[in-house]
Amino acid sequence: MVPTSYFVLLSAALFIIGVLGVVVRRNALVVFMSVELMLNAANLALVAFAQRWASANGQIIVFFVITVAAAEVAVGLALLVAIFRNKRTTDIDEISTLKG
Amino acid sequence: MELIVFTITAIIALVGAIAMLLSKNAIHSALFLLLNMVAISVLYLLLRAPFLFAVQLIVYAGAIMVLFLFVVMLLGAERAEDDDDKNKWQQPLAIVLGLLLLAEAVYVFFASGSTPAPVQGNDNFAAPVAIGELLFSSYLLPFEVTSVLLLAAVVGVVVLHQRERS
Repeated sequence: MVPTSYFVLLSAALFIIGVLGVVVRRNALVVFMSVELMLNAANLALVAFAQRWASANGQIIVFFVITVAAAEVAVGLALLVAIFRNKRTTDIDEISTLKG
Repeated sequence: MELIVFTITAIIALVGAIAMLLSKNAIHSALFLLLNMVAISVLYLLLRAPFLFAVQLIVYAGAIMVLFLFVVMLLGAERAEDDDDKNKWQQPLAIVLGLLLLAEAVYVFFASGSTPAPVQGNDNFAAPVAIGELLFSSYLLPFEVTSVLLLAAVVGVVVLHQRERS
């Protein structure tokens, strides 16, 4: 049996890599992919604790998180495509029309 | 034995995530994230979650990442980001803060006392039958609400792609 804290540490590391991706990268699609990585890290922590307490409730929550993430990706990518149609760039530094 | 499988899969997941972060080409990033998703699904299998192993592969690796790849290729976004980074101080600061956060996580991992081992005998607590029973009894309302959510997502995507009628 692998101790639960190993899984939680891996989840923390993946989450931090996702946060770094959101902050450092400027390609909007890579930022979005880093958000998905963060969601996966949280899912991993949930499933680790579900196994720790032998409860299926944690896995049901992960099931719903995956569903909501799928809906979010669909709408988010549609938004990105709509932005690209106007701006012709995926660099998030260029999307600064609201800047004062 | 499980520890060996966990170590190898965890290394693959971490390598995939870091490579996704560092790739200049967005398609390479998407493919490395796909590798990461598959590694995480194997970790679910290690955590006695066979249903989530299948769902992760079908939905995340098989649908979401494919959608990402389609959009990357549609937008031609695989070009490398231009070198004129307007906020040059952000990248080093982000790396420093990220490493600080990682050091904090590792410290918490080593400083906390030994967590009790997971209960040994229960291997079937999350068999697909058990998940199905829970999904249609205790979690019926969220289950039905997600169907409305997915409908809203589909309608939203169609609306966002409409062209202006001139």
